[in-house]
Amino acid sequence: MSRLVQGDDERAREQADDELLARLRCGDERAFSDLIARHHAALVRVAMAFVSDRATAEEVAQDTWMGVLRGLVSFEGRSSVKTWIFRILTNRAKTRGVREARSIPFSAFAEEGEAHVVDPSRFDASRMWSAPPRKFSDEDPEKILVRREAVARVEEVLATLPAGQRAVITLRDVEGLDADEVCNVLGISETNQRVLLHRARSRIRQALEDTLGAR
Amino acid sequence: MLTCEQITELVTDYLERRLPLGKRIRFQLHIGMCRHCRRYLRQMRVAIRTVGKLPPEPPPDDVKRELLERFKSWKA
Repeated sequence: MSRLVQGDDERAREQADDELLARLRCGDERAFSDLIARHHAALVRVAMAFVSDRATAEEVAQDTWMGVLRGLVSFEGRSSVKTWIFRILTNRAKTRGVREARSIPFSAFAEEGEAHVVDPSRFDASRMWSAPPRKFSDEDPEKILVRREAVARVEEVLATLPAGQRAVITLRDVEGLDADEVCNVLGISETNQRVLLHRARSRIRQALEDTLGAR
Repeated sequence: MLTCEQITELVTDYLERRLPLGKRIRFQLHIGMCRHCRRYLRQMRVAIRTVGKLPPEPPPDDVKRELLERFKSWKA
Protein backbone atom coordinates (compact mmCIF):
# COMPACT_ATOMS: atom_id res chain seq x y z
CA MET A 1 0.00 0.00 0.00
CA SER A 2 2.66 2.49 0.92
CA ARG A 3 4.16 1.77 -2.47
CA LEU A 4 0.86 2.52 -4.17
CA VAL A 5 0.36 5.77 -2.31
CA GLN A 6 3.87 7.13 -2.35
CA GLY A 7 5.63 5.01 -4.92
CA ASP A 8 7.87 7.56 -6.58
CA ASP A 9 8.81 9.40 -3.40
CA GLU A 10 9.64 6.10 -1.86
CA ARG A 11 11.93 4.97 -4.63
CA ALA A 12 13.69 8.33 -4.61
CA ARG A 13 14.27 8.08 -0.86
CA GLU A 14 15.59 4.53 -1.12
CA GLN A 15 17.97 5.59 -3.83
CA ALA A 16 19.19 8.46 -1.66
CA ASP A 17 19.84 5.99 1.18
CA ASP A 18 21.74 3.66 -1.17
CA GLU A 19 23.95 6.52 -2.29
CA LEU A 20 24.60 7.63 1.28
CA LEU A 21 25.59 4.09 2.21
CA ALA A 22 27.99 3.87 -0.70
CA ARG A 23 29.63 7.12 0.41
CA LEU A 24 29.70 5.94 3.99
CA ARG A 25 31.65 2.85 2.90
CA CYS A 26 34.28 5.24 1.59
CA GLY A 27 34.46 6.87 5.03
CA ASP A 28 32.46 9.99 4.11
CA GLU A 29 31.53 11.76 7.36
CA ARG A 30 28.91 13.91 5.65
CA ALA A 31 27.10 10.77 4.48
CA PHE A 32 27.00 9.55 8.07
CA SER A 33 25.55 12.79 9.36
CA ASP A 34 22.96 12.84 6.55
CA LEU A 35 21.83 9.32 7.40
CA ILE A 36 21.51 10.32 11.05
CA ALA A 37 19.47 13.38 10.10
CA ARG A 38 17.15 11.22 8.02
CA HIS A 39 16.54 8.33 10.40
CA HIS A 40 17.68 9.01 13.96
CA ALA A 41 14.39 10.41 15.28
CA ALA A 42 12.50 7.45 13.83
CA LEU A 43 14.99 5.03 15.41
CA VAL A 44 14.31 6.54 18.84
CA ARG A 45 10.55 6.36 18.29
CA VAL A 46 10.64 2.72 17.28
CA ALA A 47 12.99 1.80 20.15
CA MET A 48 10.43 3.21 22.59
CA ALA A 49 8.21 0.20 21.86
CA PHE A 50 10.80 -2.10 23.44
CA VAL A 51 12.35 -0.21 26.33
CA SER A 52 10.84 1.62 29.25
CA ASP A 53 12.19 5.15 28.92
CA ARG A 54 13.32 7.72 26.41
CA ALA A 55 16.95 7.83 27.63
CA THR A 56 17.36 4.09 27.03
CA ALA A 57 15.70 4.40 23.62
CA GLU A 58 18.15 7.17 22.75
CA GLU A 59 21.09 4.98 23.81
CA VAL A 60 19.81 2.05 21.78
CA ALA A 61 19.45 4.33 18.74
CA GLN A 62 23.01 5.60 19.17
CA ASP A 63 24.36 2.05 19.53
CA THR A 64 22.49 1.18 16.36
CA TRP A 65 24.60 3.65 14.38
CA MET A 66 27.74 1.97 15.66
CA GLY A 67 26.20 -1.35 14.59
CA VAL A 68 25.61 0.15 11.15
CA LEU A 69 29.27 1.15 10.85
CA ARG A 70 30.46 -2.25 11.98
CA GLY A 71 28.02 -4.01 9.65
CA LEU A 72 28.90 -1.99 6.55
CA VAL A 73 31.28 -4.61 5.20
CA SER A 74 28.78 -7.44 5.52
CA PHE A 75 25.64 -5.62 4.30
CA GLU A 76 24.74 -7.23 0.98
CA GLY A 77 21.82 -5.05 0.01
CA ARG A 78 19.27 -7.86 0.12
CA SER A 79 16.91 -5.53 1.98
CA SER A 80 16.64 -1.76 1.73
CA VAL A 81 19.16 0.24 3.73
CA LYS A 82 16.54 1.49 6.18
CA THR A 83 15.06 -1.98 6.74
CA TRP A 84 18.56 -3.18 7.55
CA ILE A 85 19.14 -0.27 9.96
CA PHE A 86 15.82 -0.82 11.72
CA ARG A 87 16.53 -4.52 12.05
CA ILE A 88 19.80 -3.70 13.81
CA LEU A 89 17.82 -1.36 16.06
CA THR A 90 15.11 -3.81 17.05
CA ASN A 91 17.63 -6.60 17.72
CA ARG A 92 19.41 -4.29 20.13
CA ALA A 93 16.22 -2.90 21.61
CA LYS A 94 14.80 -6.36 22.27
CA THR A 95 17.98 -7.49 24.03
CA ARG A 96 17.91 -4.30 26.05
CA GLY A 97 14.22 -4.74 26.91
CA VAL A 98 14.86 -8.26 28.18
CA ARG A 99 17.84 -7.08 30.21
CA GLU A 100 15.67 -4.44 31.85
CA ALA A 101 13.78 -7.46 33.25
CA ARG A 102 10.40 -5.92 33.80
CA SER A 103 8.45 -7.46 36.65
CA ILE A 104 5.21 -7.38 34.64
CA PRO A 105 5.12 -9.06 31.26
CA PHE A 106 4.37 -6.28 28.83
CA SER A 107 4.11 -5.77 25.14
CA ALA A 108 3.68 -2.45 23.43
CA PHE A 109 2.09 -4.38 20.58
CA ALA A 110 -0.90 -5.71 22.53
CA GLU A 111 -4.18 -4.54 21.01
CA GLU A 112 -6.12 -3.76 24.15
CA GLY A 113 -8.81 -1.16 24.59
CA GLU A 114 -10.06 1.38 22.07
CA ALA A 115 -12.70 -0.57 20.18
CA HIS A 116 -13.67 2.46 18.08
CA VAL A 117 -11.50 4.63 15.91
CA VAL A 118 -14.27 7.19 15.38
CA ASP A 119 -16.30 8.62 18.25
CA PRO A 120 -19.43 6.35 18.34
CA SER A 121 -21.64 9.38 18.96
CA ARG A 122 -20.96 10.53 15.39
CA PHE A 123 -23.24 7.72 14.12
CA ASP A 124 -27.03 7.45 14.41
CA ALA A 125 -29.03 4.46 15.69
CA SER A 126 -28.51 2.61 12.40
CA ARG A 127 -24.75 3.39 12.60
CA MET A 128 -24.77 5.76 9.67
CA TRP A 129 -23.06 9.17 9.96
CA SER A 130 -24.97 11.72 12.01
CA ALA A 131 -21.92 13.99 12.29
CA PRO A 132 -20.14 13.18 9.01
CA PRO A 133 -16.45 13.91 8.41
CA ARG A 134 -15.94 17.63 7.81
CA LYS A 135 -14.39 18.76 4.56
CA PHE A 136 -10.66 19.56 4.78
CA SER A 137 -9.74 23.05 3.65
CA ASP A 138 -6.80 21.40 1.84
CA GLU A 139 -6.31 17.87 0.63
CA ASP A 140 -2.90 18.33 -0.91
CA PRO A 141 -0.22 17.17 1.56
CA GLU A 142 2.22 19.81 0.28
CA LYS A 143 -0.28 22.52 1.16
CA ILE A 144 -1.20 20.90 4.46
CA LEU A 145 2.48 20.88 5.46
CA VAL A 146 2.68 24.68 5.35
CA ARG A 147 -0.27 24.90 7.77
CA ARG A 148 1.60 25.21 11.03
CA GLU A 149 -1.35 24.31 13.22
CA ALA A 150 -2.08 21.12 11.28
CA VAL A 151 1.56 19.99 11.33
CA ALA A 152 1.88 20.70 15.05
CA ARG A 153 -1.26 18.69 15.75
CA VAL A 154 -0.13 15.74 13.60
CA GLU A 155 3.28 15.75 15.29
CA GLU A 156 1.65 15.93 18.70
CA VAL A 157 -0.57 12.94 17.89
CA LEU A 158 2.43 10.99 16.57
CA ALA A 159 4.38 11.76 19.72
CA THR A 160 1.60 10.70 22.07
CA LEU A 161 0.42 7.53 20.34
CA PRO A 162 0.81 4.31 22.32
CA ALA A 163 4.35 3.03 21.64
CA GLY A 164 3.28 0.07 19.49
CA GLN A 165 1.09 2.18 17.21
CA ARG A 166 3.80 4.79 16.98
CA ALA A 167 6.42 2.22 15.97
CA VAL A 168 4.18 0.80 13.26
CA ILE A 169 3.09 4.12 11.71
CA THR A 170 6.66 5.45 11.88
CA LEU A 171 7.97 2.47 9.94
CA ARG A 172 5.08 2.23 7.48
CA ASP A 173 4.11 5.81 6.73
CA VAL A 174 7.06 7.95 7.81
CA GLU A 175 9.89 5.63 6.74
CA GLY A 176 7.91 3.89 4.01
CA LEU A 177 8.64 0.22 4.78
CA ASP A 178 6.05 -2.23 3.46
CA ALA A 179 3.85 -4.40 5.69
CA ASP A 180 6.05 -7.51 5.47
CA GLU A 181 9.17 -5.57 6.35
CA VAL A 182 7.46 -3.98 9.35
CA CYS A 183 6.26 -7.37 10.65
CA ASN A 184 9.74 -8.73 10.18
CA VAL A 185 11.50 -5.78 11.85
CA LEU A 186 9.14 -5.64 14.84
CA GLY A 187 8.53 -9.38 15.12
CA ILE A 188 4.74 -9.04 15.06
CA SER A 189 2.01 -10.74 13.03
CA GLU A 190 0.51 -9.23 9.90
CA THR A 191 -2.89 -8.82 11.60
CA ASN A 192 -1.33 -7.17 14.63
CA GLN A 193 0.57 -4.78 12.38
CA ARG A 194 -2.61 -3.87 10.51
CA VAL A 195 -4.69 -3.25 13.65
CA LEU A 196 -2.04 -0.92 15.10
CA LEU A 197 -1.62 0.86 11.78
CA HIS A 198 -5.39 1.31 11.51
CA ARG A 199 -5.65 2.94 14.92
CA ALA A 200 -2.69 5.20 14.34
CA ARG A 201 -3.79 6.34 10.88
CA SER A 202 -7.34 6.94 12.10
CA ARG A 203 -6.02 9.26 14.78
CA ILE A 204 -3.94 11.19 12.28
CA ARG A 205 -7.00 11.64 10.05
CA GLN A 206 -8.92 12.92 13.07
CA ALA A 207 -6.09 15.34 13.90
CA LEU A 208 -6.34 16.73 10.36
CA GLU A 209 -10.11 17.03 10.66
CA ASP A 210 -9.67 18.90 13.95
CA THR A 211 -7.35 21.44 12.35
CA LEU A 212 -8.46 21.59 8.70
CA GLY A 213 -12.14 20.61 8.95
CA ALA A 214 -14.79 23.11 7.87
CA ARG A 215 -16.76 24.51 10.78
CA MET B 1 -25.30 -3.28 3.52
CA LEU B 2 -22.30 -2.22 5.58
CA THR B 3 -22.86 0.66 7.99
CA CYS B 4 -20.80 3.84 7.88
CA GLU B 5 -19.27 2.86 11.20
CA GLN B 6 -18.17 -0.46 9.73
CA ILE B 7 -16.60 1.39 6.82
CA THR B 8 -14.45 3.40 9.24
CA GLU B 9 -13.34 0.13 10.86
CA LEU B 10 -12.61 -1.65 7.56
CA VAL B 11 -10.90 1.20 5.75
CA THR B 12 -7.32 0.09 6.51
CA ASP B 13 -8.05 -3.52 5.54
CA TYR B 14 -9.46 -2.12 2.30
CA LEU B 15 -6.46 0.10 1.61
CA GLU B 16 -4.12 -2.78 2.49
CA ARG B 17 -6.03 -5.05 0.10
CA ARG B 18 -6.78 -7.49 2.86
CA LEU B 19 -10.58 -7.66 2.47
CA PRO B 20 -11.96 -10.92 1.11
CA LEU B 21 -13.63 -10.43 -2.27
CA GLY B 22 -17.25 -10.38 -1.01
CA LYS B 23 -16.50 -7.79 1.63
CA ARG B 24 -14.42 -5.75 -0.77
CA ILE B 25 -17.39 -5.54 -3.13
CA ARG B 26 -19.75 -4.57 -0.27
CA PHE B 27 -17.23 -1.93 0.82
CA GLN B 28 -17.04 -0.47 -2.69
CA LEU B 29 -20.83 -0.58 -3.02
CA HIS B 30 -21.20 1.48 0.14
CA ILE B 31 -18.50 3.92 -0.95
CA GLY B 32 -20.24 4.29 -4.30
CA MET B 33 -23.45 5.34 -2.61
CA CYS B 34 -22.25 7.30 0.44
CA ARG B 35 -20.48 10.60 -0.10
CA HIS B 36 -19.55 10.91 3.59
CA CYS B 37 -17.67 7.62 3.50
CA ARG B 38 -16.11 8.59 0.19
CA ARG B 39 -14.78 11.67 1.93
CA TYR B 40 -13.62 9.58 4.89
CA LEU B 41 -11.70 7.20 2.60
CA ARG B 42 -10.15 10.13 0.74
CA GLN B 43 -9.13 11.77 4.01
CA MET B 44 -7.42 8.57 5.17
CA ARG B 45 -5.33 8.65 2.01
CA VAL B 46 -4.53 12.32 2.64
CA ALA B 47 -3.48 11.45 6.21
CA ILE B 48 -1.16 8.68 5.00
CA ARG B 49 0.49 10.91 2.40
CA THR B 50 0.83 13.81 4.81
CA VAL B 51 2.64 11.68 7.39
CA GLY B 52 4.90 10.42 4.60
CA LYS B 53 5.92 13.96 3.71
CA LEU B 54 6.67 15.28 7.20
CA PRO B 55 10.18 16.74 7.23
CA PRO B 56 12.57 14.52 9.23
CA GLU B 57 13.16 15.78 12.74
CA PRO B 58 16.91 16.39 13.10
CA PRO B 59 18.64 14.83 16.13
CA PRO B 60 19.66 17.17 18.96
CA ASP B 61 23.09 18.81 18.43
CA ASP B 62 24.76 17.00 21.34
CA VAL B 63 23.64 13.62 19.98
CA LYS B 64 24.92 14.51 16.55
CA ARG B 65 28.26 15.66 17.96
CA GLU B 66 28.66 12.50 20.02
CA LEU B 67 27.88 10.28 17.04
CA LEU B 68 30.32 12.14 14.79
CA GLU B 69 33.02 11.73 17.45
CA ARG B 70 32.36 8.02 17.48
CA PHE B 71 32.43 7.99 13.70
CA LYS B 72 35.91 9.56 13.72
CA SER B 73 37.27 7.00 16.16
CA TRP B 74 35.66 4.20 14.13
CA LYS B 75 37.29 5.48 10.98
CA ALA B 76 40.68 5.80 12.60
